[in-house]
Formats: sequence, C-alpha cells, structure tokens
Amino acid sequence: MRADPTGVLTGAHFLDGDYACGEGAMAAGCRFVAGYPITPSTEVIERIARRFPDMGGTFIQMEDELASMAAVVGAAWTGTKSLTVTSGPGFSLMMENIGLAAMMETPCVVVNVQRGGPSTGLPTMVGQADVMQARWGSHGDYELIAVCPQSPQEAFDLTVEAFNLSEIYRVPALVMMDECVGHMTEKVVIPEAEDIEVIPRELTAQPPEDYQPYATNGRPIPEFVRAGDGYRFHTTGLTHDERGYPVMSSECQETCVRRLVEKIREHTDEIVRFEEDGVEQADIVVVAYGITARVARMATEMARQRGISVGFLRLVTLWPFPEKRIRDLAETVKGFVVPEINYGQMVLEVERCAAGKAASWLVPHGGGGVHEPETIVETIMEAAR
Amino acid sequence: MNQPIDSEPQEAREHPSAQLLRMERLPHVWCPGCGIGTVVKCYATALENSGIDLDKAAVVSGIGCSGRVAGYMRLDAFHTTHGRAIPFATGLKLGRPELFVSVISGDGDLVGIGGNHFIHAARRNMDLLVILINNFIYGMTGGQNAPTTPLEAKSSTMPFGNFEEPFNLPHLAASSGAPYVARWTCLHIRRLTWAIEEAIERRGFRFIEVIAPCPTLYSRLNKLGTGLSEMRFYHDNAEIKHGCDTRELDIGFHTEIVCGKFVDEERPTFLDLKDEHYRKRLGDRYIPMPPEGGMIHA
Repeated sequence: MRADPTGVLTGAHFLDGDYACGEGAMAAGCRFVAGYPITPSTEVIERIARRFPDMGGTFIQMEDELASMAAVVGAAWTGTKSLTVTSGPGFSLMMENIGLAAMMETPCVVVNVQRGGPSTGLPTMVGQADVMQARWGSHGDYELIAVCPQSPQEAFDLTVEAFNLSEIYRVPALVMMDECVGHMTEKVVIPEAEDIEVIPRELTAQPPEDYQPYATNGRPIPEFVRAGDGYRFHTTGLTHDERGYPVMSSECQETCVRRLVEKIREHTDEIVRFEEDGVEQADIVVVAYGITARVARMATEMARQRGISVGFLRLVTLWPFPEKRIRDLAETVKGFVVPEINYGQMVLEVERCAAGKAASWLVPHGGGGVHEPETIVETIMEAAR
Repeated sequence: MNQPIDSEPQEAREHPSAQLLRMERLPHVWCPGCGIGTVVKCYATALENSGIDLDKAAVVSGIGCSGRVAGYMRLDAFHTTHGRAIPFATGLKLGRPELFVSVISGDGDLVGIGGNHFIHAARRNMDLLVILINNFIYGMTGGQNAPTTPLEAKSSTMPFGNFEEPFNLPHLAASSGAPYVARWTCLHIRRLTWAIEEAIERRGFRFIEVIAPCPTLYSRLNKLGTGLSEMRFYHDNAEIKHGCDTRELDIGFHTEIVCGKFVDEERPTFLDLKDEHYRKRLGDRYIPMPPEGGMIHA
C-alpha cells in the first residue's frame, strides 16, 4: 500500500535525525504518540506535537516512560499505528511494557536516541551502549526487530521500515538511533506519498464467533483485531492459549513462547538488512553501525590506501543479527574489526557467529564522542598482521 | 438455598450476567468470601442496564486479584502489566475515542505501583471509568502491606501492625481533579450498581472505590473472621454521607467506613479540551482524531 499523503511532507529538506524520524513515523501512518521528554530524543516528539493537529493524530505527553509505553500498546490495539520515543533512562523504564507488547503481539515502534550511559550518563552526548539492552532488555524470551540509522535520511527511511516490519511480524520494532545521528542536520528527501511503501494494519476477515486472537491457522503470525469492532476478545501478558486465555503450564508456555521466538528466527533472512563493500576477497572486515559506520567507512578507506585488504559491512538491522553472513565470511576472512561506542556489545555477536574461525577485534569507545578514524585503522593493521 | 427433596427438579438457569461473562473461564480464581466477584456482578448489571453499545466497551485491568477482572468480562478485555492499567486504557481511549473504557483493578495496582498514573489521569480528566477494589492488602502475593492498609492493621510485611499512613482514596482522586468520586462496599450491591450506572452516564475520570473483604489474608492476619463477618461489619459500620468533605474519609482499622457520592461535577475531558483548544488556535486546519480511531485504511 502507498502512504496516506496527509502525513507525508514530500520534498527535499534540511533536517536533523530526530525531525526526520518524526517525519518517517507520520509518513508511515502513525497517528498516536505518547512520550516523555528526554534528551537527546525530545525533538522527535516536538516535531510530531506540532504536525499532528494537521493530520488527525493525537500526541500526549505522559507522566513518565512507563506510562508512555503502556499507552502505546493500548493505542496499538485500536488499530492506530503508535510510537514512543526516548533515550537510555527512559528506555530502561519502557522495558516491561516492551515485553507486554511482545507477549500480546502488538505492533508498535520505539525510538531510542542513544546517549552515553549507564544511569544518567552523558545526556547530551552520543553512546551506542543500549544495543544489547534492545535485544535482551525485557525479561523472558522473545524476539523483536531493531534497525539502526546512520543518517537523517535513514532516520526517515528506517522509521517507515520499522513500522512496516512491526505490522508484518506483530512485534515492537526499535529504531536504535544515536545522539550524533539524531542531532546531525543533513539533506533529507521525502518522496511522494505514492512512492512510500506502507504496510497497513490488517484486520481479520473472520466473524467474531470463529475468531481466536492467537490462533495461527498454520501461519506464523495470528490475525489481528482491534478494540471496538465487536470481537469481544481477550489478551493478557500471562502465558496464553489460542483464545488469549491464561494457561499456567509448561506445555502452553512451549507453544506460546516458542512461536514468539520462531516467528522472527524463521524469517531472519527476510528481515535482516546490511550493506557491504569489498568483503569477498578481504583479509579483514570492519563491522559497524549507526554513526560509527560513517567513521569506520573512512577508516576502511584509509587502511586500503595503506595496502591492507579490508572489507566493510554495515549493520542496518541490529536485531535479528546477520548471523549467516558473518558465519560465511568467517570462512574466508582473517578477522573482524568491530568499532562501537561501548565496551563491547555487538562484537560479542560477531565473535559468536565467527565461532573461532576468524578473530574478532573490538575497537571500544566509552561514549561522548565518536572514534578517531586512525584508532580504527590501527586495529585493522594489527588484525591484518 | 436448599431445595426440598420432594419438589420438582429446577432447570439449570443461566447466570443472569452470562452474556457479559466468559462463562467458559469459570470457576474464577477468587477465594470463597472474596468481594471481587460482587463487584464484577454489579459492573455487569450496570453495563446491561446502561444500554450503551457493549461492542464499543473495553475493560482494562492490571495485576493482582482484582487484576483478574478483565479476564472474566466478555468485552474487549485487556489484562496488562502491574500498575499500568490506566495508561494502557488511556492509549485505548485516545486511539479510538468512541470507545467506553473502564479500568477495574486493585488498590496496590492502581495507587501503589500505579499511583502516578492515577493522579495524572485524574488531573487530565481522561475519559475513563475507574473502579478500584480496595481490600487493604496485596492479596495475590500473600498479604503484604498496601498503601491502603489501615494504621495498626497487620500484613505479612508489617507483622507487628502497619505504621504507615494509608491513602484516603476519594480525597486523592478529588484533589487530583476527578469530577466523579464515590465509595461503596461489597455489601451495597444496589447502590454500587446504581453508582456504576450513573458513572457510565458521566464523562471524564470517574472514580469509584469499593471496599471488599479479603478473608484469606487481610481478615485472617487480623483475626476478623470470614468474608461474611466482614459483610456484617460493613452492615453495622458503613455510614452513608453523600457530599461528605473528602478530607474526612480516612479509613482506620475496623472503624467506620463512610460511603456515598462525594463529587459529581462536569468538567471538560482531555479530548474536549484538546479539540476545543486546537479549533480555537488552528481553525479549520485542525483535524481531530476520528471517533473510530486513527487507523488508516486507504
């Protein structure tokens, strides 16, 4: 389906990543946003608060991030595409209801404009240390989808994509932006509405008497309903059967939770997105994401000029992780170099997938700035030695 | 009632609220003598009497014994996370404004862990009917102290009696801005049902506190007897004082319980204010959320 033109600000703009992300949400058809102000994400909700009155959207500034996330899950059950936006401390507070969204299979989008942590950390400065929290932050087993933009243009594009993926798989989708991308101003081209692919909320065609909210009927994902259409359905955060009724047994847990995990794991190939350059014959492959990908791209060029055979792989989806690709590359490359603005998070995934067949080199950065390209080059040279 | 052995066998009759209950889920989880079932019956009766379109009625609960109410209602029903029933319900209401949204949950859920949401939803006059079942204790987890436990009452985490001042809930709701505030007990079946019916007709943040027995924990820990003895206590000690100053509604340990309707005013809701404000400021430019919600079809 094509985007509804009322939310699409077609044209070439000079926007920061936060504004571009807000535009992406509106273009994707988002009409409910609940948020709580937190640096460096606040501009996203400010943009939306200003624009929503023109398009029938409702923004509400909730009392905290617990409430924001709960309201988003509630609104999503009315069929309204819903979003919340936050940064580290707020992301921590949202975790329980991100788990509720996963358990109830609720499509919704959460943007985390990452800053330095832990705790209050560096409110106005960059970090990438929430990427494992994105994957594992809520308790219990579940899978979700996380994308990671490297530019304001991608903040727009990938926010649309996050909404689409959350609709297809009925999971919370995370946009794991970082402060640099959020506050960086660049050219952003917003296409005509008819050129933006949008996945609409699809409701079941079954009559209420036949409908069961979690019956999959052989498909990986159950059909959706929304409140107010006469289905009189029930949903819960408890382990539940196909009727959405709680069942406290290990058998039901197996059916219920296994599907939450498998609906993503079995579709990893369709979801995963990455970009590569010159990885096939390379000795070393640099793996990076977000703002660090742009620094690492430069470092890769610098290392090439020094005669080292280096390839480059940028993670566009962080979760699910491109496990197969890293495993395949590990057969041919000598080592992976992973710069990230944390003390080693995605490098653990690279290392796991490389399974001892290629070395993994972390280039850590504690946050508050980006890597010096030269630091990455040094590690590349060390890895190539 | 016992049936004389020589009388004609009676036909099994359907539960009078069967249309609104998930009969296939019964028996419910609540203990004998618990007051929650009574509140469910009053709520169901009030909904039926109100004549509202029940296909447009949604009910949200949090966690705990009272948090199980949504699970038994044949409505669009949401059993959510601990303390977050009100913000979840806020999302439902704002996502599809034509819905009639109720929140039914317990004291620990709505004013303990969820207290912040309670006061803010009242402040905003969010269009929700909130029925809080107050049994003075955390029941589901085994009788721990609640923000409503009366002074001196025992709980498993205040084994020598509670020394923390409890909330006066009608006063909390009223001073936070709730335009409809009432309190009843599980004994006041008709009055509670009428109150819910009346609250359904009102708009905005409507708050009804229902005092309910918890024979398994609160009564046992405090040697108060069975659920029935608590009902007798309500009979003897509940005093109806409509319009009573909400500052005078504290509940002590086995002291008088003042019941009645304390606040019944009209105040514009969050959505009234939003629409009015944006129309004034933005004129025709303003597009409100359609009553059927923000789902985009075409």
